[in-house]
Amino acid sequence: MAKYILKRILYLFLTLFIIATITFFMMKMLPGTPFSNQNRMSAEQLKIVKAQYGLDQSVFVQYIRYIGGLLQGNLGTSFQFNNEPVTALIGQRLAPSMQIGAQAMVVGTIGGILLGALAAIRKNTWVDTLATFISILGLSIPSFVLAVLLQFYLAYKWKIYPVALWDNFQSSILPTLALSALPLGTVARFMRTEMVDVMSSDYIELAKSKGNSSWGVVAKHALRNSLIPVVTIIGPMAVSVMTGSMVVENIFSIPGIGEQFVKSITTNDYPTIMGLTIFYSFLLIIVYLIVDILYGLIDPRIRLGNGGKE
Amino acid sequence: MDKILEVKDLHVDFDTYNGVVHAIRGVSFHLNAGETLAIVGESGSGKSITVRSILQLLAKNGTISKGEVLYHGDDLLQKTDKEMDKLRGNKISMIFQDPMTSLDPTMTIGKQVAEPLLIHNNVSKKDALKRAEEVLRLVGIPNPKARMNDYPHQFSGGQRQRIVIAIAIVDYPEILIADEPTTALDVTVQAQIIDLLKELQQKIGTSIIFITHDLGVVAGIADRVAVMYAGRLVEFGSVNDIFYNPQHPYTWGLLDSMPTLDTNESDRLNSIPGTPPNLLNPPKGDAFAPRNAYAMEIDEEQQPPFFKVSKHHYAATWLLHPNAPKVTPPASILNRYEKFKKLGGNVK
Repeated sequence: MAKYILKRILYLFLTLFIIATITFFMMKMLPGTPFSNQNRMSAEQLKIVKAQYGLDQSVFVQYIRYIGGLLQGNLGTSFQFNNEPVTALIGQRLAPSMQIGAQAMVVGTIGGILLGALAAIRKNTWVDTLATFISILGLSIPSFVLAVLLQFYLAYKWKIYPVALWDNFQSSILPTLALSALPLGTVARFMRTEMVDVMSSDYIELAKSKGNSSWGVVAKHALRNSLIPVVTIIGPMAVSVMTGSMVVENIFSIPGIGEQFVKSITTNDYPTIMGLTIFYSFLLIIVYLIVDILYGLIDPRIRLGNGGKE
Repeated sequence: MDKILEVKDLHVDFDTYNGVVHAIRGVSFHLNAGETLAIVGESGSGKSITVRSILQLLAKNGTISKGEVLYHGDDLLQKTDKEMDKLRGNKISMIFQDPMTSLDPTMTIGKQVAEPLLIHNNVSKKDALKRAEEVLRLVGIPNPKARMNDYPHQFSGGQRQRIVIAIAIVDYPEILIADEPTTALDVTVQAQIIDLLKELQQKIGTSIIFITHDLGVVAGIADRVAVMYAGRLVEFGSVNDIFYNPQHPYTWGLLDSMPTLDTNESDRLNSIPGTPPNLLNPPKGDAFAPRNAYAMEIDEEQQPPFFKVSKHHYAATWLLHPNAPKVTPPASILNRYEKFKKLGGNVK
């Protein structure tokens, strides 16, 4: 197992290197410059500024320099955002996005598993119909619509939670709910489909013939066997939810990272684009590693190493 | 002998998109303490549904519309699911057909075998696992102590069936229902499993209902045999009655299609022509009549009642009616009658 993880971490660096390379050259193909006030600068001034950021060199030299910095853990400084180092920038902005995202994933996954399981156990009854209805709502209502609705009723009208701003746990509840609708709906759909299958399998019948109550069968045998497809989808979903939703962060005035990413692309803020891309990729690869390890924990047939002998 | 289980006039219907299928149409039989009763019949004749009805493990669209299942005189069909849970895996347990899919792939076999003990008895987990280990040894899993923590995919098909059997017997059930436990296994393993079941029956004194479509298997294990066709029993009696003094043309057909030691290499095996009836619209008369070379007019009109052949041997065919014409069964069946006479039987 340790050997396997070590191998995966080596691959991780290789993958990051490839992603950094591709992103770097693609980014350089974007039209426009990082300097919004370029028109007011003289040719002389522009040359000085470009030289200061190393933009006067050929793209290839810039690439070598960037990778060199990267190897030393230096992501460069942002062209926008007050010339802050990119690492500091990500660090400050990341925490709120990650917190809301992680909370939304926990709420969405647990809620989705329960909702999907309930629908599967009560297949073709009103419970199933209601659960399907809820999960389709979760899938199809855009998070910003839900965010505004939650804000209007729970904050403005009934004054249960704060309307906006990033303050304490209370202020994270509404954005969490808004963001959890999508994972909840998705997980519930996958869970129901898989569990309907599992519930009609032979080992469930055998479990019932042992004298297990209906709930005992579900808790001891059906749930765990239905989790594989859910684990598969929650990995990438977790990354997309945790890396921030610009719109939801805007609505609740949260100083998150979603907004920053979009802004960095529209302003050709090269170091920030690179830094965030590498960071997102890193997160995604780590999540996939965790998912692969989770598979083995849930299903011994895909366990790694010599435990999985046939 | 003690009747520990008695099924009376069982009717089971299935609600399907095409309409109501009358899968079981009045089945009655009983099980004596300590004996093995085999229920035979071709696929779709209702064998599995009959025994699943005993434990009430039918699919959701199936309903027992009529009948009684008396366990020590107590009608199981009147019990709630909760009351049934107390009997399942404890007093009455079941061995399933396909060992490759019957075990939970994500649970160690030790836990799976110990599970019925933990459900029904007030035992500690440690004691239950210890007992599970003993039972795994009893069913012939080599080195059970080391293998308790293995998962089903780490065992062969034959071993998995032994584990399924271990689960069924771990709580010493009074009645063991074996639903085609050897069908998915190859022939040498089949023989081992049959021997194992016989041995276990000796050791723990359980009664067995054994379902199969393989008459060769029946001869090896059963005390009595019930032949089933299209949701009804057509003939039942002792093994010798069914094998050497069969009366129903369907039983003749089954036996005639089975190779015996007397079969020459050049002989063709016979098959029964036609297919079983569609039970969406069960036939009015004898369901076997359309495939029966010996069918009479009355077979189309009226269902034959059971006629007594000998004390424990009954067959539902109009051929046994006093007014029926004398017919000559197939040659292979006449040979069997000869053997029956040698065994001291009285052939009609």
